[in-house]
Amino acid sequence: MTVGLSHYLVISAILFSLGLFAILTRKNAIMVLMGIELVLNSANLNFVAFSRFGRMNLEGHIATIFVIILAAAEAAIALAIILNIYHNYFSVNVDEIDKLKE
Amino acid sequence: MSTENLLKYSIVVLLLPILSFVINIFFGKKLKKASGVIGTSILMLSLVISIIIAFTKLSVYSGAKIIQTSAEWVNFGNVPGIGPLSIVVGIGIDNLSAIMLVVVTLISALVHLFSTEYMSGDPKYTRYFAYLGFFTFSMLGIVLTNNFFLMYVFWELVGISSYLLIGFWYEKRSASNAAKKAFLVNRVGDLGFWLGILILFVSYKSFSFDVIFENIKSGNLPFNSGFYLTLAGILVFCGAIGKSAQFPLHVWLPDAMEGPTPVSALIHAATMVAAGVYLVARVFVMFTADALTFIAYIGAITAFVAATIAITQNDIKKVLAYSTVSQLGYMIMALGVGAYTSGFFHLVTHAWFKAALFLGSGSVIHAMHHALHKAGDHHTDPQDIRNMGGLRKTMPITFITFLMCTFAISGVPFTSGFMSKDGILAGTLAFAHLSGHWLIPIIGFTAAGMTAFYMFRLVIITFTGKPKTTFAENTHESKLVMTLPLIVLAILSFWFFYSVNPFDASKGWFANWIKPPQTVVPAQYQWNFLTTKVSEEVASIDQTMEVEATKTVLEEEIHHNHTTAMILSLSVAGIGILLAFVFYFWKKVDVDALTEKIKPIYNFSLNKWYIDELYQSTIVNGTTAFSRLLGWFDNTIIDGAVNGVAAISKWFSFFSGKFDNVVIDGIVNLTAYGTGFIGLLFRKAQTGKVQTYLIIVLIGLVLLFYFVS
Amino acid sequence: MFTILGLGPLTWITFLPIIGMIIILLIPKGKDELSLKKSNSTFRLITLLITGLQVVLAILIYLGYNNGLAGINTQDGMQFVEKVRWIEIPAMPWFGKVQIDYFVGIDGLSIPMVLLTAIICFVATFASFSIEKSVKGYFAMFLLLDTGMMGVFVALDFFLFYVFWELMLLPMYFLIGIWGGPRKEYAAIKFFLYTLFGSVFMLLVMLALYFSVVVVDPVTGEKVHTFNMLAMMNPANYQPGSILSGMNTYWRYVAYVALFIAFAIKVPIFPFHTWLPDAHVEAPTAISVILAGVLLKMGTYGMLRISFPMFPDAVLYFQYGLAFIGMVNIIYGALCAMGQHGIGKKDFKKLIAYSSVSHMGYVVLGMAALNTQGMIGAVFQMFNHGTITAMLFMIVGVIYERSHTRGLDEFGGLANKMPIYTGITTVAFFAALGLPGLSGFISEAFVFLGAFNTYPIITVFSGLGIILGAAYMLWTLQKIFFGNLPERWAGPWDPEKKKYPTDDIMPLELTAFVPLVILVIFLGIYPAPMINLMSASVNHLVDFIKTTGVMTAAGF
Repeated sequence: MTVGLSHYLVISAILFSLGLFAILTRKNAIMVLMGIELVLNSANLNFVAFSRFGRMNLEGHIATIFVIILAAAEAAIALAIILNIYHNYFSVNVDEIDKLKE
Repeated sequence: MSTENLLKYSIVVLLLPILSFVINIFFGKKLKKASGVIGTSILMLSLVISIIIAFTKLSVYSGAKIIQTSAEWVNFGNVPGIGPLSIVVGIGIDNLSAIMLVVVTLISALVHLFSTEYMSGDPKYTRYFAYLGFFTFSMLGIVLTNNFFLMYVFWELVGISSYLLIGFWYEKRSASNAAKKAFLVNRVGDLGFWLGILILFVSYKSFSFDVIFENIKSGNLPFNSGFYLTLAGILVFCGAIGKSAQFPLHVWLPDAMEGPTPVSALIHAATMVAAGVYLVARVFVMFTADALTFIAYIGAITAFVAATIAITQNDIKKVLAYSTVSQLGYMIMALGVGAYTSGFFHLVTHAWFKAALFLGSGSVIHAMHHALHKAGDHHTDPQDIRNMGGLRKTMPITFITFLMCTFAISGVPFTSGFMSKDGILAGTLAFAHLSGHWLIPIIGFTAAGMTAFYMFRLVIITFTGKPKTTFAENTHESKLVMTLPLIVLAILSFWFFYSVNPFDASKGWFANWIKPPQTVVPAQYQWNFLTTKVSEEVASIDQTMEVEATKTVLEEEIHHNHTTAMILSLSVAGIGILLAFVFYFWKKVDVDALTEKIKPIYNFSLNKWYIDELYQSTIVNGTTAFSRLLGWFDNTIIDGAVNGVAAISKWFSFFSGKFDNVVIDGIVNLTAYGTGFIGLLFRKAQTGKVQTYLIIVLIGLVLLFYFVS
Repeated sequence: MFTILGLGPLTWITFLPIIGMIIILLIPKGKDELSLKKSNSTFRLITLLITGLQVVLAILIYLGYNNGLAGINTQDGMQFVEKVRWIEIPAMPWFGKVQIDYFVGIDGLSIPMVLLTAIICFVATFASFSIEKSVKGYFAMFLLLDTGMMGVFVALDFFLFYVFWELMLLPMYFLIGIWGGPRKEYAAIKFFLYTLFGSVFMLLVMLALYFSVVVVDPVTGEKVHTFNMLAMMNPANYQPGSILSGMNTYWRYVAYVALFIAFAIKVPIFPFHTWLPDAHVEAPTAISVILAGVLLKMGTYGMLRISFPMFPDAVLYFQYGLAFIGMVNIIYGALCAMGQHGIGKKDFKKLIAYSSVSHMGYVVLGMAALNTQGMIGAVFQMFNHGTITAMLFMIVGVIYERSHTRGLDEFGGLANKMPIYTGITTVAFFAALGLPGLSGFISEAFVFLGAFNTYPIITVFSGLGIILGAAYMLWTLQKIFFGNLPERWAGPWDPEKKKYPTDDIMPLELTAFVPLVILVIFLGIYPAPMINLMSASVNHLVDFIKTTGVMTAAGF
C-alpha cells in the first residue's frame, strides 16, 4: 500500500476536527489557543500534501512556511492578550469573559 | 491798445476783487484795520483799469460789435448722435458791458471807501471786505461773460455773496432769516433761468450767446416751435424776476435791508438787482413778442405795487428798498416795450442816484446810531424816520446830496433821472400806440407820480422841520470818507454826463453808444414794429455823430411821442411833489386823520399787500408741513413696512423653530427610539461568549452548505 | 503698466489693506494702560500708512491712465489689466467645466471710483483716530472693508465682483454693530440683512448669466461657460435657447429688474432706502463717511458696469421708469431731509443721511438719460457726492464729539465760536446745495443737461430738488451756526455734566478736511481733469447701449 494523497487528507481532516473540538469545548483560553494551532497544522499538512501530489509545486511549501511563521506570531500575540486578560479578570476562563455582549 | 490786451485787462479787472477776497479771508486776522484799505485800493485799481477799458472800447473800437474770446472748458469727446461736444466759455466786451464795468467798479470802490468808516469797530471788519470783494468779482463776471453757462455760474455766485452780506450780522435772527429768504427766493427764479438755458442748450448744443442767436436768426427754433422760443425767453427772464426783485418774487429785497447799509447801496440798489435788467438787455434780441409783452407787464405791475407800498413805509431803508423795486420795474418795463436804450440808461442813472440815496441813508443811520449810542439808548430804532427830522442843519452835505438824488429819482428836469425816465415813458406811450396795450403807460405815469410823492415825503420828514427826538438833534455830519462818495455820486446825477441837451437824451452820446440791437426772432413771432425799419432823414443836427440810416418803427414812434411824454411826466412829477409838500411840509392836510379815514387801504399798503403773509401761509408752511408729513411717512410707513417684514419673518421663524423642535425632531427621535427597542429584543442573543458564536457560525455554515448544494 | 514685485498696481491697491490687516493682527495689544495706548497709536499709524500708500498708488494709476481708451466691453480698452486663472474645476456633472479668472482692470467708469475710494479711506482714517474702543479690531476691520470696496471697483469677473461685494459686508456689520451708537445692533443687522437680501438677487442673475454665456476657450478650443463680465456684454456669446438668450425676452426683463433691486438697495433707491438713515445715524463718524462716500456708489457703479451693458434692451425698455425713480429720490430725499427739522429727534446726521438719498437721485437721473452729458454728470456726481458727503458727515462728527448731541435745535451761534469750522461747513453745505464754483454744481448741471434732453418734464420736477436742497441746507446752517450761542456750550469742560467746550476745529481734524475742500473747489472751477478721464468710456457706453438696442429692434 502506497501512501497517497487521500491518506494525508484524512489525517489532516482528523487533525482539523480535533482542533475545532478543542476550540469549541475547552474552557481554558490556552487550550483554545492550542486548538487553533492544531487547525493551522492541519492546513499545513494539506499544503505540503498538495505540493507533493497536486500541481501546486513549490508554492505549497512557501505557503506552509508562511503559515508557520504566522502561527508563531499569532501565538505570541494571543498569549500576550491572554496575559492581559488574566491581569484584568484574574481568570482565563473564556466563559467568564463576555464583555462583548455589551 | 490791441483787442487782446483789452481782454487781458478785463480779466485783470475781473480777478482783482477775488484777490481782495483771498487776502482778507486768509490773512484777515493779521491785517485788521488794514483790510479796508487793501480792499479799497484794489477796487480803485480795478476802477481805473475799467475806465481805461471802457474808454478804449467806446472810442477806439466803437465800430466793433463785441470783442470776445473763448476757451474750451470741458470736453465731452465724441458724443454719440452729436459728434464732438464741448462747453466753451469766454468773456466779451461790447458797449453794454464796457459801461456796466465802470458802473460796477465805481460804485463798488465808493462803497468800499464808505465802509472803511461805516463798518469800523465791527468785529468782523475783515470778513466784510472779503465778502465785498467776492461780490464784486461775481458781479463783474456777469457783466463780462459771453455765454449762458458762465452767466448762470456768476448769477448764483452773486446770490451767495448777497446771502453772506445780508446775513452779515447773523447774530440777529431777522438777518439770518432775511439772508435765507433772499437766497431761496432767488433760487426759485434761478431754477426758471436754468430751465430756460436747458431748452436753449438742448436745441443748439451751445451756451454761447452768439451761436444761439445765430441759430435763432437762421430760423432754427427750439423744438421747431415759436412757443418754445417764447417759453425759453420767459424762463430766462425768470432769472431776472428773481434777481431784480420783480413781482411776484420781489419779497426778498425789502427784507435784505437787514444787511449793512453800504451793502444795500452796492448790492440791493445799484448793481446786483440791476443784473436782471442787464440780463434782459443782454439777451434782448431773442425775446419774442409774447415774451416781451410778458416782461413789460411784469415790470409795470412791479413798478406799481412797489410804489404803493413805498408810500406808507416808515423805515428809511424800507422806503428806499421799495423805491428800488419800483424803479427796477421801470427798467424791466422799458425793455419789455422795446425802449432798450432808455431801459439801460435808467439802469445806469438809477445806479448812481440810488447808491447815493442808500449811502446817504447810511450816513443818517450812522449818525443816529452814534447819537443813540452816546445816550445809551438801545431801544429806539435809528432807521425810523419818525424819530428824525431837522437833519438838514446837522448833516448839510448828506442833505444836499440826498436832495439832489431825490430830484433825479422824481424826474425833475436837468437831472439824469429825468432824461432816462422820460425816455421810458415815451417808449411805453409809443408801445401803446402801436400794440394797443394802454395799461402800461397808464401804470407808468401813475407810478412816476407816486415816486415823486414818496421820495419827497421821505426827504421832508427826515431832513426838514424840527427834530422829533433829542437824538436827531445831537447828530453830526459824517466824516469825509463817507461824504465823498455821496458827493461823487450826486454830481453824476446831473444831465451833462450823458447828453448836451437836458431834455432829450436820444441825441446824446449815451444813446449813441447803446443802440437797440436788431432782433433775431423770426418775423412771425415778433412785433412788426421791431422788425420793420423806416428810413430816416439823415438831416441830423449833429453831423459828427454817427447816425444809423435806418430805425425801427418803434424808435420812430418814440421820437414822435417824446414831447407828449415829457409834458405828462413833468406834470405828474409836479403833482406828486406838490402833494408831498402840502401833506408834510405845509401840513395843510391832517395826514393822521386822512389815514384814519382810509384805514383799510393804508394797512394794505403798510403790510405790503400781505404778500409775505400769503407766501408764508401757503408755500412755506405748506412745504414744511409736507416735508414733516413725508418724514413721518418715511419713519412710520416705509420703515414700518421694512420692520414689519422683519417682524413677520421673526414670527415665522419662531413657528418654524417650534415645528422643527416638535415635529421634525420628533420624527427623528421616534425613529431612533424604534430602532433601540428592536435592538433590545435581539440583544438577548448576545452572550458574549466566543465559543457560542463560533458554534452558531458552524451551524450556519452547515446549513448554508445544505441549502446551497 | 508698471508692476511692483511682479504684481500690477490694481492688485497692490486692492490687497495692500489686507497686508496691513495681517500686520495689525500680528502685533499684540498692550496689556496695561500705557502699552495699550502705545499699541493703539501703532495701529493708527499702520492704517494711516497703508491708506496713504493707497493714495500714492491711486495717483500713480491716475498718472499712468490713458484717457483715450474706452474700455467697457473690450479687454483691449481696459487698462492695468491682470488676468490669472483663479479657480479651475475640470468637468463637474451638469455644471460643466468651471473656470474663474482673477480678472481686474479699470476704465473710465471705475477710475474715478478707485481714486475716490483711496481718498475717502485715507480721510476716514483721520476721522477714526478718536475711536478708543478695541482699536486693534476696529482697524483690522477697517482695512478689510477697504479691500472689499477697492475690489468691487476693479473686478471685471462677475464672480470676483460678487466675492468682493460680499466681503465688504462683513466688516461693515461689525464696524456698525460694535463701534456704533445706542441702536447699533438694530442698525447693523438691518444693514446686513437688507444688503444680503439684494445680494441673493444678484447671485441668481449671475448664475443665470453664467449658464447662458458660452465662450470658446482659446487654449483648448472647447466651449465653456464663463463669469467674464466682458463676455457677458456681447450678445453673440449667449447660447441659443438658454434662459437669457435673445433680446427683449421676458426673462431678460426679470433678470434686469432683479439686478436692479440688488443695486437699488445699495444706492439706495426709494423705497429700499430705510436702512440708510439708521445705519448712518448709528455708525461711527468714519464709517458713515465710508458708507456714504463709497458704499452708496457701488449700487450705481454696479448698474453702469453690469446692468447697462449686459441688458441694453431692458435698459431702453425701463429707462423712463428709471428716470422717474431718480426724480422721486431727489424730491423725496430732499423733503425727508427737510422734515428732520420738524420731527423726531431733529437729528443733524439723519438730515445729512436723507440728503444723500436726494443726491444719489441725481446720479440715477443722469444715468437714465442715456446720453453722454447725463452719464458723465452721473459718474461725476458719484465722485463729488463722495467727497462732499464725506465732509458733511465729518462735520457732524466734529460737533458730536464736542457736545455729544446732534440735535438741530440745541445749537446756535457757533459761527463766532468756531470760525474755521464754520468756514469749512459753509463750503461743504454750498457744495451740497449745488453752488457754482464748487464741484457739486458741475455734476448736477451736467445731469440736468443730459436729462432734459431725454425727459423734459421729469427734469423740471427734479429741478425742485435744487430749491429744496438749498432750503434744508440753509435752514441747518442758520439753526446751528447763526444766532447766539446757548449758555450750555459756553463754559469749559464740566466732568459732571459731561459737556465739552465748543472749541474750534483741531489741526488733526483740519487735516482730514483740507484735501476734500481743495478737491471740491478745484473740481468746481476746473472739472476737465476728471471729465477727460471718463468721457471716452461714457461715450462708448452710451453708443454701445444705443447700438445694441437698435440691433434688438432689427431682430438680432
